[in-house]
Amino acid sequence: MSARAIWKGEISFGGVSVPVRFYSAVEDRKIHFRLLHEPDRTPVEQRMVDPRNGKPVPGEQIRRGVETDTGEIVMLSEEELEGVVPEASREIEITRFMRQGKISYQWYDRPYYLGPDGGNENYMALAWALEKERKEGVARWTMRKKRYVGALNGENGRLKLITLRYAGEVIDAGAIPRPEGREFEPMELQMAGQLVDALTGDFEPAAYRDEYQHRVRELINTKALGNVYRFEKPKRRRPETASLADTLEQSLAGIRKQKSA
Amino acid sequence: MPEQNDKEIRRRSIWYGTVTFGLVSIPVGLFPGQRSQRIRMRMLAPDGTPLVRQYYCPREDRQIEPEEIIRGYEIEKGKFVTVTEDELEALAPEKSREIDLRRFVPVEQIGLKFLDRPYFLVPMSQSRKPYRLLTETMEKSKKAGIATFVMRSREYLVAILAENGILIAETLRFADELRSPEITGEVSSKNISGTRIKAMVKEISNAAADDLDMDELKDTYTEHLTELVEQKRSAGQDLVESPEEERQFREAGKVIDLMQVMKRSMEKESGKRKGSGSDEDEESLESLSKSELYNKAKELQISGRSSMNRQELIEAVRNG
Repeated sequence: MSARAIWKGEISFGGVSVPVRFYSAVEDRKIHFRLLHEPDRTPVEQRMVDPRNGKPVPGEQIRRGVETDTGEIVMLSEEELEGVVPEASREIEITRFMRQGKISYQWYDRPYYLGPDGGNENYMALAWALEKERKEGVARWTMRKKRYVGALNGENGRLKLITLRYAGEVIDAGAIPRPEGREFEPMELQMAGQLVDALTGDFEPAAYRDEYQHRVRELINTKALGNVYRFEKPKRRRPETASLADTLEQSLAGIRKQKSA
Repeated sequence: MPEQNDKEIRRRSIWYGTVTFGLVSIPVGLFPGQRSQRIRMRMLAPDGTPLVRQYYCPREDRQIEPEEIIRGYEIEKGKFVTVTEDELEALAPEKSREIDLRRFVPVEQIGLKFLDRPYFLVPMSQSRKPYRLLTETMEKSKKAGIATFVMRSREYLVAILAENGILIAETLRFADELRSPEITGEVSSKNISGTRIKAMVKEISNAAADDLDMDELKDTYTEHLTELVEQKRSAGQDLVESPEEERQFREAGKVIDLMQVMKRSMEKESGKRKGSGSDEDEESLESLSKSELYNKAKELQISGRSSMNRQELIEAVRNG
């Protein structure tokens, strides 16, 4: 059941070099529709049109440009655009290793699985060492004409690389002042702690699914068979409000009751 | 006035609603925790006039209007099941303003590959106390809340995390959106020599560091492109005037506004605030920028919003 690699590169730091293959860890499960021209269901095309005469401009005549803050457009030639594209390279440079958990969750963007490309031993040794030492590497590489930064991790003897957002793309949580107020009574903290404990379980991602996508798929399958889909709206409940201590107490009582039942 | 800031939270947030924790409810606004800095490339006519995207029917070779278009899902080559907007709307989750925290999990159990997009949850004036209590409790116990919620007619799985007294909502990928790590093929854990691992551990410790270095996280491509554009602009090279209607979606300054809203919202529960609220804060839709109005329209799912001018957006948002 192995999939096709999307890219090949070589992890390098110090005297280490580990050739790897890239696989996307994310699978697009969303249903994508084609836009059709209704009378005969011809798939629609999008064309770039000159707003002055309403005529489409052929691809080879289209130019590209960037709008500036001053409200002007700077036109860029193909050569100029090509000039800023990073140079192709197979190197995945690891610049540093940090303790796991040092990178705030806000930075993580898109995960890739890495598989060994050729020799297995350095790959395995790196995966195990990272996991055992609870370390995470910071990686930089150029893949398909784009520069990436990422976090390299080891898990169950395998390597994964999660791209990180660029500096400036993450809004610093530290810049928001924490809300202040009086110290809490020990009682309040204790009850809140008990409530969280009572509601604590394992993270079970498989217990959730995108119900909307699921219903859309059902609709399509039903129609494809020539049947009629029955629409129903899912209902959601509304909570009530009351004072903090009382509601904590009531919440706890409710959970205790459920558990003993 | 606190209520005034709440109004601002409702107006500027991407989503607002209630986090429920047992029977405790905490009204909050949701704000983005990230922003893209990618430069938008425009498609231009040979003389620099920005082009617009239009739908064409290749068979009839003519431009067609949105009313003539229907969505289709290709079940086999050239065969489509068509679906109307009304049908999709009927399937959309019911609009809800609640994040119901019925499950807490140890933070370290949430795999990093699940993390999709970060948002901040900012408390409204009446909810600072329960907000702080929840945050403090979660931080102390190293727990995260897991829930699903509805935003922009879509259902999201979300992890609510507490960090430095702030609640962060990370939308998560659904389990079926992630492949198994085994797609990379077999890796055998046998036969790796202890000395090889030891050598690797040593190499790792040679490159040890305490924290991220922001210089390493720079988007050098965007920097180079910006430099090139700026250079040509100041030299007056290949420059064309941008038509007025095109000067939209400019995000500058928006983040600072957002920070103001969040800061005000986090301020002390008592004192200080009284009398400091001026009538200038009482902003109407008229004072929002076009991109802010556009985002509002997007949240309200107002169709045709991308072709609306500022005044039309104001009207649509007011009536929406």
